[in-house]
Amino acid sequence: MSRYFTDEHEWIDVEGEIATVGITDYAQEQLGDIVFVELPAEGATFEKGDDAAVVESVKAASDVYAPISGEVVETNGALEDEPALVNSDAEEDGWFFKLRISDPGELEGLMNEAAYKKFVASL
Amino acid sequence: MSGNEDVTHLEEELPPQELPLDAWHRAKGARMVAFAGYHMPIQYEGIMAEHAWTRDHAGLFDVSHMGQLTFSGEGADDALELLLPSDIKGLKPFRQRYSMLLDEDGGILDDLMVSRLGDGAFDGAAIYMVVNGATKYDDIGWMIEHLPDEVVMNHMDEQALLALQGPQAGEAMATLVPGTAGLLFMQCGLFEWRGVPLWISRSGYTGEDGFEISLPASDAALLADALCALPQVKPIGLGARDSLRLEAGLPLYGHDLTPAVSAIGADLGFAIQKRRREEGGFIGHARVMKELAEGPGSKRVGLRIDGRLPAREGAQIYAGDVLVGEVTSGGFAPTVGAPVAMGWVSLPHAALDTALQIEVRGKRIGATVVPMPFVPHRYRRKA
Repeated sequence: MSRYFTDEHEWIDVEGEIATVGITDYAQEQLGDIVFVELPAEGATFEKGDDAAVVESVKAASDVYAPISGEVVETNGALEDEPALVNSDAEEDGWFFKLRISDPGELEGLMNEAAYKKFVASL
Repeated sequence: MSGNEDVTHLEEELPPQELPLDAWHRAKGARMVAFAGYHMPIQYEGIMAEHAWTRDHAGLFDVSHMGQLTFSGEGADDALELLLPSDIKGLKPFRQRYSMLLDEDGGILDDLMVSRLGDGAFDGAAIYMVVNGATKYDDIGWMIEHLPDEVVMNHMDEQALLALQGPQAGEAMATLVPGTAGLLFMQCGLFEWRGVPLWISRSGYTGEDGFEISLPASDAALLADALCALPQVKPIGLGARDSLRLEAGLPLYGHDLTPAVSAIGADLGFAIQKRRREEGGFIGHARVMKELAEGPGSKRVGLRIDGRLPAREGAQIYAGDVLVGEVTSGGFAPTVGAPVAMGWVSLPHAALDTALQIEVRGKRIGATVVPMPFVPHRYRRKA
């Protein structure tokens, strides 16, 4: 399994043709207390960059974009009851949705963990 | 009027300014944002934790961006009764009152607190006023235009303003300034702490018991440190200030109140005492009287939201297919544990218990008109 990062502060775990998507610890820290996560419908298809989910913190709503193109095969139902999971465990249990990857080539432009850390340090 | 507009314009062009406690906030780990022309702390440890702390203990807020004004001179009361719809002549020393500036059409230019000074506070001025930070220069321009030459208005921009709010604010404040223990809600007075003059009122913007403390900017960090050294007190940011005031049902100028809305529609008729209604003589009186007789076109109401999805400012409110209003403040209410909103709804749909729908990102969510506050006020009143 390999993990990729985007400059929109999402992480993507790729296992075979399935990508698990969430937001990074840096992103949850910036958003603050998360009170609601609107997840996409299973079966929805996204092009890279489409609005895929919405994170509501106490103070604002923020869009989460599809980091790569694909079809939603599963969403994290645990976030409905416990949106704060995104704060407490953004990069594991706080995942948002799983995509069936439609174009593996799109992964090539993404960052690895070291590159993302460097990117965050530069902000 | 043109001179006044120039000042406003200049203000918007300037980069955010630093408040007296800027370095203090940063040292406390605050995340700073630009607000009302200043760098201000949005949060320290997190909005939810800060909100809960204020409801359970006592929170210290820096509201030094607000405009602090004094009025003195012959005829100050008469002049202010032209500008404000509230009873100023009947305002006793050491008493505070909520009021507004209305324009000629009765639109709300700002909401504010006004008090009668005493004990020689602020160089013996007669009246003290606190207006919103984002509107203070417009307010000053408006008032200069309408005040006679004999009345002197002084903008005290060297004065800081702190608010201490929460059920333990009383005991915390009394630890430093024992005399404040006797103050009741909307009373105020001149106190002293380590030789520093403090003008303290028992009031605030959270629905909790608490105080607002005006003091020289040069002493603000010292007092903030002394308060935060007490076990009951932590610094609280603007984020929690907003969620606390929303739960308390208190309107936010520029959002819930604007020049486009009226005092009666805003449910602020309590600030216009009987004598003022009957006698008039204030700017905006005709609109107030008309709406008292005929009802306003729309009203500011509280809305309970079904489910967990917050409805935020700008979301449109429907009764079936008909657009009947708009959310002006909304978000997750930490103490309620659910989203709540405040909005303006046309009068036929503004009655308590009316079922409405709010559109959020193309979805309709259910909402019900409910009384405010969403969390009961806990002011310290006479037993």
